[in-house]
Amino acid sequence: MNNMNLIPLYPEIFLLLAICAILLIDMFLADSKRHITYVLSLATLAICGVLTITNFNGGTSVYLANNMFVADPMADLLKVFSYIAVGITLVYSRQYVTDREMTNNHLGGEFYSLALFALLGQMVMISGNNFLVIYLGLELMSLALYALVALRRDHTVSTEAAMKYFVLGALASGFLLYGISMLYGATGSLDLTEVARVAASPVVNKTILVFGVVFLVAGLAFKLGVVPFHMWVPDVYQGSPTAVTLLLGGAPKLAAFAICFRLLVEGLFSLAIEWQQMLTILAVLSIAIGNITAIAQTNLKRMLAYSTISQMGFMLLGLLSGVSNGDTSHAAAAYGASMFYIISYVATTLGTFGMILLLARSGFEAENLDDIKGLSKRSPWFAFLMLLMMFSLAGIPPFVGFWAKLSVLQAVLATGQVWLAVVAVLLSLIGAFYYIRVVKLMYFDEPTDNAPIQPHGDMRVVLSINGLAVLVLGLMPGTLITACSQAIIKTLAS
Amino acid sequence: MMQSTSILLSLAIWCPIAFGVFILVFGRDDNPGLVRWVSLIGSIASFIVTLPLLQHFDNSAHGMQFVEKSGWIERFNIFYSLGIDGISLWLILLTAFITVIVVISAWEVIEKQVAQYMGAFLILSGLMIGVFCALDGLLFYVFFEATLIPMYIIIGVWGGPNRVYAAFKFFLYTLLGSLLTLVAIIYLYLKSNSFDILEWHKLALPMPAQIMIFLAFLMAFAVKVPMWPVHTWLPDAHVEAPTGGSVVLAAIMLKLGAYGFLRFSLPIAPDASHYLANFIITLSLIAVIYVGLVALVQTDMKKLVAYSSIAHMGFVTLGFFVFNDMAMQGGIVQMISHGFISGAMFLCIGVLYDRVHSRQIVDYGGVVNTMPKFAALFLLFSMANCGLPATSGFVGEFMVILGAVKFNFWIGMLAATALIFGAAYSLWMAKRVIFGAIANKHVAELVDLNKREFFMLGVLAIAVLAMGLYPAPFTDAMQVTVSDLLKHVAVSKIMP
Repeated sequence: MNNMNLIPLYPEIFLLLAICAILLIDMFLADSKRHITYVLSLATLAICGVLTITNFNGGTSVYLANNMFVADPMADLLKVFSYIAVGITLVYSRQYVTDREMTNNHLGGEFYSLALFALLGQMVMISGNNFLVIYLGLELMSLALYALVALRRDHTVSTEAAMKYFVLGALASGFLLYGISMLYGATGSLDLTEVARVAASPVVNKTILVFGVVFLVAGLAFKLGVVPFHMWVPDVYQGSPTAVTLLLGGAPKLAAFAICFRLLVEGLFSLAIEWQQMLTILAVLSIAIGNITAIAQTNLKRMLAYSTISQMGFMLLGLLSGVSNGDTSHAAAAYGASMFYIISYVATTLGTFGMILLLARSGFEAENLDDIKGLSKRSPWFAFLMLLMMFSLAGIPPFVGFWAKLSVLQAVLATGQVWLAVVAVLLSLIGAFYYIRVVKLMYFDEPTDNAPIQPHGDMRVVLSINGLAVLVLGLMPGTLITACSQAIIKTLAS
Repeated sequence: MMQSTSILLSLAIWCPIAFGVFILVFGRDDNPGLVRWVSLIGSIASFIVTLPLLQHFDNSAHGMQFVEKSGWIERFNIFYSLGIDGISLWLILLTAFITVIVVISAWEVIEKQVAQYMGAFLILSGLMIGVFCALDGLLFYVFFEATLIPMYIIIGVWGGPNRVYAAFKFFLYTLLGSLLTLVAIIYLYLKSNSFDILEWHKLALPMPAQIMIFLAFLMAFAVKVPMWPVHTWLPDAHVEAPTGGSVVLAAIMLKLGAYGFLRFSLPIAPDASHYLANFIITLSLIAVIYVGLVALVQTDMKKLVAYSSIAHMGFVTLGFFVFNDMAMQGGIVQMISHGFISGAMFLCIGVLYDRVHSRQIVDYGGVVNTMPKFAALFLLFSMANCGLPATSGFVGEFMVILGAVKFNFWIGMLAATALIFGAAYSLWMAKRVIFGAIANKHVAELVDLNKREFFMLGVLAIAVLAMGLYPAPFTDAMQVTVSDLLKHVAVSKIMP
């Protein structure tokens, strides 16, 4: 389809132009005026949001640029949530990065520009319909994130984390590329629609296809951070400046889900049995190792990193429940459940890292578990918000995390794999321990650190909305659940 | 026959929750008096809201009453569906009533973070009422699980020295059972494409599926009731919780599990219930006899009453699984009476603890000399605990024993030994604590009950005696429901 109608591409085009403009303007701003960059970044996100929303095609997919770009309902929904996630991240991070001089002198406002470049990479990943386009988006996002992790270059922990992330990330991208090249060799095309058609036909060389899929899944598993490709997650989450941890752990997960969906479901659906088996192993190991290792952690960021590993494992449970014994009627429900899970996970994670940013001050990183002791006495409102988020992550009703787990469990049980559901449920019980341990520290213990908590107005408001959203979405999850499942259904239909 | 849509049940649930949230948001620690009065007004208002349920309840109607149903989550066919019958009616009233008592019991005792304490109890009250009226499986589950959160906070913040261990044990143990129930609930949804409990009652299921579902539900309800051998969380939770927390745990939260048996296990898996009845009866008898003996050797008063709670709940589960009218009604009556009695016992122990700061029996002796009014009430409740006729404890136990004897003489015999053990531990504790000469200077300095304490214990005493002398209102309400349930359970659901 040679459709030169560029309207669906406007968000990406605008974002690129805006980033360049922000970079230029920022060059002429003094350090004291850095908040202008901040405001411009937020404004950019708002305009991108408007462009995406006004472009909702009423549920049909539009293919552009030689079939390399697709704007379908799932992409639109994920993009809107990505804007919100990055916007919230910037709001939470502003005070933190200013205190730590990450936006001073020679660095200027690069934090904001790099964050927006990462977002641009994510948008390309979400909307890519071609192996190379997806890879380009992935690399754009990853390179921006590598630079962000290393931004505090005088801080040894951060530079170590950046090195680890870069080397392992490059290795994983290599795996992904190798897999892609195999698939190209087997199917003769980089276009996902074409690949899907050829892979389903009987003439294709199945061995090479499966070989390619293995490498592809390995690369994707690294980006998601699931076992056994998870070793980078705790170190990078702990070592990065917390603002960057939030950038890593929030919106990129939405993009990672999107590329899993595009590559595995849209491109390689005919190989579903193969990659579903791989994902089962990855999922069970992740939930197990993530939950069990998190118990031993004393660093809050590291604990949340292991919790991320187990949550990603749970999300994979939805992706692997699409096809069972040749029956694909539950596929849309399963993928919709995964999408809902990842969105609710990102919403809650933003809040938890936001709390860490709230407690951090210049010269003090509030990243140990002991630092949140007695938070209920220091600040009852924020302790309550953290309580909401912890119980949501543990999957206790009536918070949104429970509905996410319910959707995924329902998808798993619909395939008849009762053992898998029971295992997942028992392991998440183990996981509940470290979440309620956080609540214990906040409510049952006396504070060890008595400094007053003074968030800025915008952070206070956004963090409150974030926390309450977890509760409100838990009481009324219907809209979001329906939106996700409708997006997937319409995407798969066209 | 169902009444048209009314809002009474929603009001009963959300009124205490709304008051609780209001107190949490606006309560200030520098004005605890105001917080206490607002909480009292809130709890009384929530109780008054449940009274019309009693007034308009039709004893002769079959099916659910005060039904409300509105859409909630379309995607999964989950409805906000409420309704009560003879089983749940009195449990809801009990919950609202105990909440008032608990608010009164905390009056001068809780001094720090009063607003959060009262808020937590009010929200907990609303959630528990929600459990008793939910007619949608997932709505039930949401309320059931959500009760864990306020109770975890209550035990952990205002509890005793080992409160952290007790709070974690309570939370994780109960969560384990519930998570397995979640799998069963989702399985039932996939089979029937609905979460409606009444639909599930009618759903035909093969025997292996029924057994798996029964066992999954058993996990959650056995931990909650609690049944032997998954009862070990209860002594820790009861002992470490503050007085109000122990009262709510014993009086109401244990009943959530027993209610679950009646609403889920029996009607959804009747064949499995018959098949596994002997197993459950054995566990119940072990609870009654063995745990009764364990209660006998306790040195901590609260632990003694905790173990006695387990023994009494053993009676309740025994009554449910011998499958006759008398025993099942006896079990439900026992649930309500135990709510009053164990609540009162924990309050009495709390009264002593507030003065002496010890729960050990050895630290007391001859309390009657310095606290005669208290001694009288304490003795009344101890007698009720062992099942003295004219107190509510007798009614339930007698009906269960009668029903058990009808089922099997020896099971009835063994159940009747509960009366002996109950008398042994209750009266021996009363003798050591209340009677005799004054044991030490702490007892000599004791001050008798003040007006507030006398009021709350007095009200409970009246309830215990009234129910013991005239239990007809309770049994009349549940007659039709219980006979319908037993008729339903008697019919096999397996397709031929």
